[in-house]
Amino acid sequence: MSDDALRVPGIDKIPLALIPAIALVALPLIPSLPTWVTLTVAGLAMGMMIFIMASGLTLVFGLMDVMNFAHGAFITIGAFVATSVLIPLAGWTQADSLWLNLGAIIPAILAAMAVAGALGLVFERVIIMPVYGQHLKQILITMGGLIVAEQSIHVIWGPDIIPLPKPATLRGSFIFGDIAIEKYRVVAVIVGLAVFAAMFLLLNRTRIGLLIRAGVEDSEMVESLGYRIRRVFVGVFVAGSALAGLGGVMWALYQETVSSAMGMQVMILIFIVIIIGGLGSVGGCFIGALLVGLVANYVGFLAPKIALGSNILLMVLILLWRPQGLYPVAKR
Amino acid sequence: MQRLLSGDYPRSRVLGIVLVLILAGLALAPFVFPGTRSLNVAAKICVFILLVASYDLLLGYTGIVSFAHTMFFGLGAYGIGIAATRLGPTWSGLAVGSLAALALSALLSLAIGLLSLRVKTIFFAMITLAVASFFAILASQLSWLTGGEDGLTYKLPELLLPGTKLLEAPLLGVVISGRIVSYYIVFAGALCLFLALLRVVNSPFGRVLQAIRENDFRAEAIGYRSVVYRSAANCLSALAATAAGILYAVWLRYVGPDTTLSLDIMIDILLMVVIGGMGTLYGAVIGATLFVIAQNYLQDLMKLASDAAAGIPLLPSLVHPDRWLLWLGILFVLSVYHFPAGIVGRLRGNK
Amino acid sequence: MSNLLALAGVNTHIGHYHILQGVDFVVPHGGLTVLLGRNGAGKTTCLRTIMGLWQASAGRIEFDGTDIARRSTPAVAQLGIGYVPESMGIFTGLTVSENLTLAARDGPLDERRLDWMFRFFPALKKFWHLPAGHLSGGQKQMLAIARAIIEPKKLLLVDEPTKGLAPAIIAHMVDAFRELKRTDTTILLVEQNFHFARTLGDTVAVMDSGRIVHSGSMNDLADDEAQQQKLLGLSLDAHQ
Repeated sequence: MSDDALRVPGIDKIPLALIPAIALVALPLIPSLPTWVTLTVAGLAMGMMIFIMASGLTLVFGLMDVMNFAHGAFITIGAFVATSVLIPLAGWTQADSLWLNLGAIIPAILAAMAVAGALGLVFERVIIMPVYGQHLKQILITMGGLIVAEQSIHVIWGPDIIPLPKPATLRGSFIFGDIAIEKYRVVAVIVGLAVFAAMFLLLNRTRIGLLIRAGVEDSEMVESLGYRIRRVFVGVFVAGSALAGLGGVMWALYQETVSSAMGMQVMILIFIVIIIGGLGSVGGCFIGALLVGLVANYVGFLAPKIALGSNILLMVLILLWRPQGLYPVAKR
Repeated sequence: MQRLLSGDYPRSRVLGIVLVLILAGLALAPFVFPGTRSLNVAAKICVFILLVASYDLLLGYTGIVSFAHTMFFGLGAYGIGIAATRLGPTWSGLAVGSLAALALSALLSLAIGLLSLRVKTIFFAMITLAVASFFAILASQLSWLTGGEDGLTYKLPELLLPGTKLLEAPLLGVVISGRIVSYYIVFAGALCLFLALLRVVNSPFGRVLQAIRENDFRAEAIGYRSVVYRSAANCLSALAATAAGILYAVWLRYVGPDTTLSLDIMIDILLMVVIGGMGTLYGAVIGATLFVIAQNYLQDLMKLASDAAAGIPLLPSLVHPDRWLLWLGILFVLSVYHFPAGIVGRLRGNK
Repeated sequence: MSNLLALAGVNTHIGHYHILQGVDFVVPHGGLTVLLGRNGAGKTTCLRTIMGLWQASAGRIEFDGTDIARRSTPAVAQLGIGYVPESMGIFTGLTVSENLTLAARDGPLDERRLDWMFRFFPALKKFWHLPAGHLSGGQKQMLAIARAIIEPKKLLLVDEPTKGLAPAIIAHMVDAFRELKRTDTTILLVEQNFHFARTLGDTVAVMDSGRIVHSGSMNDLADDEAQQQKLLGLSLDAHQ
């Protein structure tokens, strides 16, 4: 046996290189460097937020072979719960004090994640559990769940779009010479990186992560080793829903509005990201989200007409290159 | 009768009576339910019966979940809209628009059908959702061609215009205008195509489709034939949806993203097909009729209930007229679990 | 010698198919029992039913005195039953070390037991940090068996460990199983390779069409060529 066999193969770096490659390709096309920096940061921020919302969904699919078409409802509900917390605290969010702002935002985010997570638990138990392994019914039932959830939002919060201004200290930009970078986008990038790092550590450095990675490959074998993988499934589902809630809050603050249709609008992007990344792959989802964010912003600047469709084109190109997505997930 | 229904009888007395009532109601709608609103409702029911039946050919008979069905519906409608705007309100223009839309649908559906054979159900559903949203975006962006978000309002040949009077004297108290002609074109078109679909699902071809749905494993062993059958089903379903779009455009004399391409319409179709009953075309009739009537009249009823419940906490907002979709959504979820064959399955089971 | 595992009248349906049609056999304590039979006889289904991966529709599966026929797979595994499926069930994206760590449910790996296992599965030590997907077929099989016994087990179910392996590796596998037998682990082995089975087996059960058609001691069957011919037919010639 040669020493080559002992070399630990690293991860596939080509998809990773796509992100700087796209940014570099855009550089000569965009007239000024400050614009390019602004667009790049905007793209990364958008990508991070999509990643936060999409990561749970792709992991749930990898583990349980369940695609929850109602995932968007958790995003919307997170945003509305946060709104309910933030609007009474408008005095704090609009005060020019970071501590008061945080005092309003953090409880809002925690409430959003808690409610979305709790709903995820109910959803998993009531809606999805009876249809494990039946893909057609899963799609139908989760679509039904989406309708009911959206309508319930109308019952509770009304059908109108609600304005949700950013907290005072997160408005405005950091200025470096000619370059202006919106503060909120920087925050979004930091939160996104933190979520990614936490997930990475959880998956690669803990026993539960080991269990999840093994479960994605072959859940039957994990059960044969004596683990009750169902409990892990539920935990991942709840965590994924809570993350959707967090993403919903961030997205709503980014857009500064909340509407009952927002979840479904983002869902299309999320699906594209998950498909690009490879269904079930968290790393692929991260890269896919950043790609989608960057492309949307560059194309939106260069050719606004086709901006909305650019992500679909990106998806088609990537699937032509790798039909299983960037990081195909090994299944038994 | 045997030939007309292709031997597929309702197999339940209640179902038979309901179907006959719906048929009679739609056939005589201009006379029995005069008035613009009720005629609109009747025409919409006709169009959606065809649209939902064509979707059922896909979902109920082959087990493919596609979210791109509205795309074909929209192609048909935009075919008419664009032709009528560009080529003027002539019959030849309408024919060109229809044929172009049907040809494009056939090509697209073949491409999508081939894809559906290669990927899993869930992946296919996700891809078609993305593709459908892409089409909706396309329609709203290419404003020079499609009128963008506003859509297109156009004229039709004179025979179909409301101002045209065909008979000097009213017939049975109803003025026979171009509107009535339009309605009967929609009605006859939908009826003929529905019967054609009924023939398809009851042919040997339709039985093979069901065999594929029931036992994908064994059907794969049959080999290439399953590929051919599923592609053909995909294509037929798309063509029927396009035809529904054409009829709808003829009726509305308007086409826009919200009337044909939006995801909301796709969700409506899902609701109709599941509540009516998957895998039985009569389910499409029941589902579409119930849904369109609910969409238009249930709200009136709920307003009464809501007013009556005023003062009781939460209840008024639950029976608020705008909440009708909530209740249909709940009905939908319950249907998938407890009676997957929908209302038709229920009625047949109780015979 | 008492029986560790006893199946009585076990029936299993998969979809519309009736695979096990009343299976009765016992696995005595401490020995190695071989389950022989042609392809499609129901051997794999039998192991999967014991593990709870398929639910028996009728019958009793008694393990150590309790009926486990209705238990879930994790519950069955927790009673001390290790399982090596025909596909080996290796987690290819996990390293050798992670595969074994996961299997050690009670905590960190036991160094002494690990050293003992490295003696007969040296490749595992060599490729400790390599993703298991990069191992060869024989190495994967060794990892699968090692994973099943990383903690002491009362019963080990192994489905066709020699399938697709070169003769030299099979010989190695025989040594490994001999070593295992010395530790008093009861083993139920599904095999088509009669030569391999005869070398290791103490008792034997032969399946055909979802039923047990013969059971007894391995020596008796090995000595009775006519019986072998009748029960195992062509599959026997192929391997001798």
